[in-house]
Amino acid sequence: MSSARRVAGTISQHALLIIASAMALFPVYVMVTAAFKTQASFLDHPWAPVADPSLDGFRAALNDQFPRWFGNTVVLSSSSVVVTLLVAALAGWGFAHWAFRGRDYVLGVLVALMVVPPVVLLVPLFVFGVRIGQISTFRLVILIYVGLMLPFSVFMLTNFFRTIPASLIEAAVIDGASSWRVFRRIVLPLSAAPLITLGVVNLLWVWNELLIALVFLQDDSKKTLMVGITGFQSRYSLNVPAIMAGLTLATLPIVIVYLFGQRFFVRGLVAGAVKGE
Amino acid sequence: MSSGTVALSSPTRRRRLRLGRVEPLVWIAPAVAIVVFVFGYSMFELVRTSLRFDGQWTTDNFRVAWTDPTFRTALGHNARLLIAVPILVATSLLLSILLFEGLRGWRFHRWALFLPYVLAIPVIGVVFGQLLQLNGLVNQLLRVVGLGGLAQDWLGQPQWALWTMTAVIVWRELGFGIVLFLARLLSVPSDIFEAGRIDGARFFRLHRRITIPQLTGVIVFYVIVEAITMVSWVFNYVYVMTNGQGGPGDATQVTELYIYQMAFQYQSPEIAAAAAATLFAATLVLIAIFFRIQRKSGVGLDE
Repeated sequence: MSSARRVAGTISQHALLIIASAMALFPVYVMVTAAFKTQASFLDHPWAPVADPSLDGFRAALNDQFPRWFGNTVVLSSSSVVVTLLVAALAGWGFAHWAFRGRDYVLGVLVALMVVPPVVLLVPLFVFGVRIGQISTFRLVILIYVGLMLPFSVFMLTNFFRTIPASLIEAAVIDGASSWRVFRRIVLPLSAAPLITLGVVNLLWVWNELLIALVFLQDDSKKTLMVGITGFQSRYSLNVPAIMAGLTLATLPIVIVYLFGQRFFVRGLVAGAVKGE
Repeated sequence: MSSGTVALSSPTRRRRLRLGRVEPLVWIAPAVAIVVFVFGYSMFELVRTSLRFDGQWTTDNFRVAWTDPTFRTALGHNARLLIAVPILVATSLLLSILLFEGLRGWRFHRWALFLPYVLAIPVIGVVFGQLLQLNGLVNQLLRVVGLGGLAQDWLGQPQWALWTMTAVIVWRELGFGIVLFLARLLSVPSDIFEAGRIDGARFFRLHRRITIPQLTGVIVFYVIVEAITMVSWVFNYVYVMTNGQGGPGDATQVTELYIYQMAFQYQSPEIAAAAAATLFAATLVLIAIFFRIQRKSGVGLDE
């Protein structure tokens, strides 16, 4: 009896997984296939795989302001991620290497800040931005993004730096290396994996961020991809392939990063839950 | 000559010594400065704005916000979204255990199940907005399988819109739970499970007795993260799927959208600040409750 039951069990487990995966992939499938259809063929056969690929949707999307939004998002996300990594690495080393008074207190506050919803910060920062005339500039938005990413980034890097064997550091210090040199020559080279992980997780967040971009980048020439595609759907309500082509292009970079760096995503997301990973 | 060298080197040495004391502060200074500006300054200003009107100190802003039916509706909707949390925990628990069973193709399934979490919420919102229309693919699918009677305008019916939204949120957030739980399971020494299997424990028994206790820590973490998400991170879904309106009517109005509209559409930053302060306080209460439960049940996040 048990073997028959076991087979039935395995089959139902497989079936559950397949259904779940199909549900997870279905919207993505529709998005990508619709992007390669014409409006007419999409209406006729919305589910069917692409029989006769058409690039009209992509052409319509690219002729719109899409390329500019894309460029804005690339500039914003790359610069804020780089600045975050740099500032967080410096701070992480400061926290990990020296036991100064109040250190654990400051670290505790940083961890607590991870739960502050960005919408809480929105109004005061906007008022500030208006006062100094920095609305619709990348500078202020980058600063805000860096600030929002720092608590988790510092926390994660501090935890990692603490795992670097003290003997390595001591040897270098005895050789007369300055702490900057130790940081550059020993700490950073050992930290490639966590830095990449952090970079990937932060990139995902900035690339997909909507609220702050919506409020702070009102000028048409400064809009990001996410703000742009949100307005896209009403303008192209009669051209689904154009919408889907735009969405596909907006998603592509992240999916490529995901395809090649899945483990970095996983590691980064798990890092919050499992200390020191 | 020799006294010259001493004179040259001693200031350097002294400077190094002095730096030794404050050196860590130099390393953390840039991060602290940015965090103090983005969080410290804003939170201070938020409280100040929420307590002032026309140059006077007052609590009227809070009174106005709390008696505004729209704000109450919004808070109620956030509370209703919390229903997604147990659904998320149960579903991702089941799916992560299935992945952990190591069935053929589990790596592909892991990849597929996690993909929604990587996609941008605006992208998801627009795609689902299309799928869920009256003549969209979801309804077509229902008609094909003979459930055409259920077909409707999922985001356009006031009584359904918030539930539809909840389903979309679950669709995306599930991936995070699955990956989190699976990563934890893969780090548990496998002999624990082997011992259970040799004892002849079957699927449900094995996982209830052995797997779930191993996961308690990450489950608590996931519950906290998702509860915070439902209360204070759903703006993107609502904004994109309802064109920034929280409609139909106020059927999908949430606190974040209320704050956004108050500040940027109705030009009342004071009311928005009071609402934001309330939201923040609610988040803190939620976290405090969870940490209490967690302490009582004796579970650590890091174990």
